[in-house]
Amino acid sequence: MSRAFAPKVVTANDLLTGEVVYLTADDRWSPHHHEAELIEDEAEAQLRLLAAEARVAEVVGAYLADARRGPCGPEPVHFREVFRTRGPSNYFHGKQAEGA
Amino acid sequence: MYRYTDFDEAFVRARVAQFREQVERRLSGALTEEEFKPLRLMNGLYLQLHAYMLRVAIPYGTLSSRQMRQLAMIAERWDKGYGHFTTRQNIQFNWPKLRDVPDILEALADVGMHAIQTSGNCVRNVTADHFAGAAADEIADPRPVAELLRQWSTDHPEFQFLPRKFKIAVTGSPNDRAVTRAHDIGLRMVRNAAGEPGFEVLVGGGLGRTPMLGRVIREFLPKADLLPYVEAILATYNLLGRRDNKYKARIKITVHELGLEEIRGLVEAEFERIRGEFSGADQRILAEIEQSFAPPPFVAKPVAGFEAARRDPVFRAWADTNLHPHRRDDHAIVTVSLKAHGATPGDATAAQMRLLADLADAYGYGELRISHEQNVILPHVARADLPALHAALLPAGLATANVGLLSDIIACPGMDYCSLATARSIPVAQEIATRFRDLGLEHEIGPLKIKISGCINACGHHHVGHIGILGLDRAGVETYQITLGGDATETATIGERAGPGFSADELLPALERLIAAYLALREGPEETFLTACRRLGLEPFRAALYPATEAQRDAA
Ligand code: SF4
Repeated sequence: MSRAFAPKVVTANDLLTGEVVYLTADDRWSPHHHEAELIEDEAEAQLRLLAAEARVAEVVGAYLADARRGPCGPEPVHFREVFRTRGPSNYFHGKQAEGA
Repeated sequence: MYRYTDFDEAFVRARVAQFREQVERRLSGALTEEEFKPLRLMNGLYLQLHAYMLRVAIPYGTLSSRQMRQLAMIAERWDKGYGHFTTRQNIQFNWPKLRDVPDILEALADVGMHAIQTSGNCVRNVTADHFAGAAADEIADPRPVAELLRQWSTDHPEFQFLPRKFKIAVTGSPNDRAVTRAHDIGLRMVRNAAGEPGFEVLVGGGLGRTPMLGRVIREFLPKADLLPYVEAILATYNLLGRRDNKYKARIKITVHELGLEEIRGLVEAEFERIRGEFSGADQRILAEIEQSFAPPPFVAKPVAGFEAARRDPVFRAWADTNLHPHRRDDHAIVTVSLKAHGATPGDATAAQMRLLADLADAYGYGELRISHEQNVILPHVARADLPALHAALLPAGLATANVGLLSDIIACPGMDYCSLATARSIPVAQEIATRFRDLGLEHEIGPLKIKISGCINACGHHHVGHIGILGLDRAGVETYQITLGGDATETATIGERAGPGFSADELLPALERLIAAYLALREGPEETFLTACRRLGLEPFRAALYPATEAQRDAA
């Protein structure tokens, strides 16, 4: 039996600034993880990723990251993705400094 | 000090102009990321977790005060006011915007610097002993040779697409401060029986997933044969190195799989074949380069003031740890620690960089070095000037007296920045340093090298740390694996894995047990941690790291 599909978000880095962004259900790039579209179907996730990758003039390095449903929207699962929602731990730089 | 030639200048400027166009075409959508990525990497521009990162080469770790000021300017104008010095004598800017990068490269070119060949499967920044040209124990300054190799390897048409990246380190001293045995090629200056200068050539060293120490391919290579011999090694590797598997593509694997004898035979044959083509032009160029590495006009000063200042315990503690013997008795080599307890190893703010540049001008003949241990060196300071220098470093947070001690930790950027990381390394270094400062044990513990990497690529040199720490992802939890007994010097050793990894919370207590065991077991303060490991073997240290639980003791 195949394992149940873990829900995903599409994430990437902004082409100009490198900032972490997430694909929303209405096809925007949001800097906020909780605004991302939570994709619960595997085939749909692949399609959304392909669509994201086609937006070459906006983002770089799009990929699917595991996420789960939370009270305010999707939440990251893996610690790497948690770090990407805030920024480095040694300085108050990145998203955490922008009041994200 | 060495300055770029007109040729270098024109080459670097042309590359900046090309890259400016490439960025424009990427921004307009004319280039896809697949097309652009190799182009940006060729210019040192990486994409990390939170932003782009620009890696700038500091060839053989040497900087002029003017270059250091320019790095400060770049940090302030286009980044977040600081830079990170790496174990490969590079500086990394962690927050550049894509659109600004051509301007940054232009500003670097203004001071003869660039980011070329800081990425990709080519010969990377040639590194050298950070005390080069100053150390008392040196046979000769290794930097002219490093510069010759830099010129030869830059844009070398045959060696732009090697099976994998290629790192060369050079030392001119029998005491190896350049980790030559962990490089693809390590060059150690030696003299033969007749007293002539040459090199012991090591090949096939490297850390990473499969750590290996370099092996001697040529015991004595006359100085004049260096370039053809290195070219012969590269040419042999270029043909034989595996391109089918990225993890087996470094020359260390080629040497391991084919055997040193086989490689040596091939290299020697190639060397004989191409040697004649080197008509001596390389030696003429080398002679010119050597001129520009002439020592600064040393000014003799009486050392009485230095001796008097040693009555101040703060100054004395700093002088005891952060100074190294200079080739002149009335001078010293100063290591400025970028490891203030709790700070990020290797980071310097723009203000600190500027101060260091000013102090280099005031007291150090305008010269600075970056060490692979992520500190800044003032290679030539008159002993008489040390008290004034120390007093100026103190208020800037640059007078930490910890060089070579426990808190002088090498740490790679880890998962705070690096997209390849499996765990963080910076906070681990910060916690270790502050914890042992609070315990007040650091000076009693004595020389100890802790090196931390955030993944198996081992940029933090953990394999050659007396205590190495490797951050891993174990089922979604940051986990730290300890290696013991590593050594980066002329007695290089790959550390041994101690046992199962520790969670971030368990790591500090485990290290405290380890250090307590060392203090209890050592024969005296002269016996360093590494020597104790060698005398006793690792078992007593393993026992301290993994104490038997009560249940296990009952069962025994
Ligand atoms: S060791 Fe790994 S985590 Fe650290 S800088 Fe190198 S690649 Fe990144």
